[in-house]
Amino acid sequence: MGLVLFAVYLVLYGGFVLINTFSPETMEATPIAGINVAILYGFGLIIAAFIMALLYGVLCDSNDEPGSSKEDDQ
Amino acid sequence: MIYEPSVSAAVIFFVFVGITLGISFWLGRKATDSKGYFAAHGQIPWFVNGVAFAGDYLSAASFLGICGMIAFYGYDGFLYSIGYLAGWIVALFVIAEPMKRLGKFTFADALDAKFQSPGIKLAAGISTLAVSVFYLIPQMVGAGVLVQPLLGFPHWAGVVIVGVTVIMIVVTAGMVSTTWVQFIKGTLLVIFSAILTVMILNRGFSVATEEQTGLRTIAFPDGVPEDWTRFVDQEDKWSNFIRFKDESNRIRIFTQFDRDTDKGRETWLLEAQYTSTDKDGTVFVNGEPKGKKKGEPELHPVGHISKLPGGVDETGPLGPLSFFSTLQESEVVLWGSEKIKEGDDQTTTVYFQKPTLGSQVLRPGEHPKFKGIRGKDFIGKLNFLSLMLALFCGTASLPHILIRYYTVKDAAAARKSTIVGIGSIGFFYVLTLYMGLGAMTSGGMDVTNSNMAAPLLARSMSELLFAAISAIAFTTVLGTVSGLILASAGAVTHDLMSSYLKIEMDDHEKVRVAKLSSVVVGAIAIGLGILFEGMNVSYLVGWAFSVAASANLPSLIMILFWKGATKEGVITAVVVGMISSLGWILCSAETMNSVFGFTGHAGFVPFGQPGIVTIPLGFITLVVVSLLTRKPEPEAAA
Repeated sequence: MGLVLFAVYLVLYGGFVLINTFSPETMEATPIAGINVAILYGFGLIIAAFIMALLYGVLCDSNDEPGSSKEDDQ
Repeated sequence: MIYEPSVSAAVIFFVFVGITLGISFWLGRKATDSKGYFAAHGQIPWFVNGVAFAGDYLSAASFLGICGMIAFYGYDGFLYSIGYLAGWIVALFVIAEPMKRLGKFTFADALDAKFQSPGIKLAAGISTLAVSVFYLIPQMVGAGVLVQPLLGFPHWAGVVIVGVTVIMIVVTAGMVSTTWVQFIKGTLLVIFSAILTVMILNRGFSVATEEQTGLRTIAFPDGVPEDWTRFVDQEDKWSNFIRFKDESNRIRIFTQFDRDTDKGRETWLLEAQYTSTDKDGTVFVNGEPKGKKKGEPELHPVGHISKLPGGVDETGPLGPLSFFSTLQESEVVLWGSEKIKEGDDQTTTVYFQKPTLGSQVLRPGEHPKFKGIRGKDFIGKLNFLSLMLALFCGTASLPHILIRYYTVKDAAAARKSTIVGIGSIGFFYVLTLYMGLGAMTSGGMDVTNSNMAAPLLARSMSELLFAAISAIAFTTVLGTVSGLILASAGAVTHDLMSSYLKIEMDDHEKVRVAKLSSVVVGAIAIGLGILFEGMNVSYLVGWAFSVAASANLPSLIMILFWKGATKEGVITAVVVGMISSLGWILCSAETMNSVFGFTGHAGFVPFGQPGIVTIPLGFITLVVVSLLTRKPEPEAAA
């Protein structure tokens, strides 16, 4: 499952890098509130990383057998 | 620029560093056996470990390098933020849990869990050392940068101070204290960056006046004072500039700038700044001998807005989105520089204004290292792809990040730490764009050094904030450097001495050897930190990531996911990846120019970033050699 999420992110990141490389003009367009695609996509990637990490955490926790999820060992 | 140390700043700074070291000694006092020293007994709570990940990661590179690159060139620095964060996705989804199940202390242990081969230990140990040392360079450069404006010491003194302090931390403590230091620093860094960002938004943008910049803007040709005489330059060298002798016989250098307005084209002369060194080695700034104290001649701080949308002078407080949309419509003054040699001994460096539209500042491809993506030339594009690939693959292969997986109890805790880490790091990286652009327009930048941008931004807000930010950044550098030195020490003790050379050592001897190797690695790092002074730390980190990704990632991935990998395959892949990426970097144009001093040398490789060639090379080597050396019965390898 980690690998599926990884593949999703790879597509998002790969898209970003390839657009930057081969069509930098696309990044200059300002579709929302006068903010350009470069910033929107960049922030999007960072937020997506966090959301997917949370999602992964939740999915893994529900897979762990009950009783094995002692969290804090302090 | 002249950096005048301030007493209050220095006091805060030392209190901060003192408290951190105190905590580190206190927590580390029990770590006397090797498991405690290297892996904190696997007892660090996952949340603390997660923030410590952030502390480890958000060091000189992120804070100083990225902010500086954004402040000087705009959006391009942010590409590093995105790449660094994306790397964590690889670490979390692909590497984290299998790693935790495999290993004991070091990267080499993880690789070797399957084969029990001294050869693998040797190769992996050496690659850990190589990557750590390479990653240490930017940290040390960053440390020097921080000490300079704060305490008024020269760069090399900063490097030595950091080196010695870190060696002390590592020798007296170990992984427990390193982790807690990183936790405290990670937390503070994120909080203070958030405060700084709020202050930037609150300040908004304003158009700088001549009094603020200290530089003349003259309407051409009518505005030129009558008692100035213009140089008629015969030489091509000065063709980009217009030079005058002013009323007091001082040379003033200008660049011409045309701006199209509603009323037609206006032509302006924008004053440049320059430093020159004559044959006696005397340094002149803007035509006068360089001063040593505040108020004496020095380069003016730079970083201002020349035009705001709607022709206003001030925007007032801005929201997190209107910050970008306003800047998009503004005009910002960036700076270029040109070195001009006259005769044999006289060198002049001219720093000239480059008024740039906000829409250009906020798009990728303005930095000289990135402008390849705007050209037709495929090699420039490859260089960019190569860097982004190395950043993506590098995080999961950094030795000091990998050892952090062993400081928690189990796979679930490793996972949770990583998620906490991604959250804190991602939040911080969003802030880097605000801080970088805030620094760009703060009016307090040092035109000669991009690494200084973040602390100087804080200084433009308040002296206290400046001290706090510098102290946090400095201690984070300390923590990162200790983590790296610890990783290297682990590599020497476990992989080289104990496993390869088969030297029998008890626990206490192991710790002693580790401490000794810490001192040696620390000393090497100090030397390299002084050598690489002038380079942007983010660029240096990009290289460290390339080496890590090329040497370590192929073996790591293949051992975790491919049953057919053999020990010969792993050894060759590590060695080939390491040597090819290191060799590539040493032969690149950047190293030739900045380190060996061959100005204008084109380098022996087509572009600077090795990743796109050497990472696949590592994988191919591993697969090919594994297939060649495969045992007759396939079960034997599993």
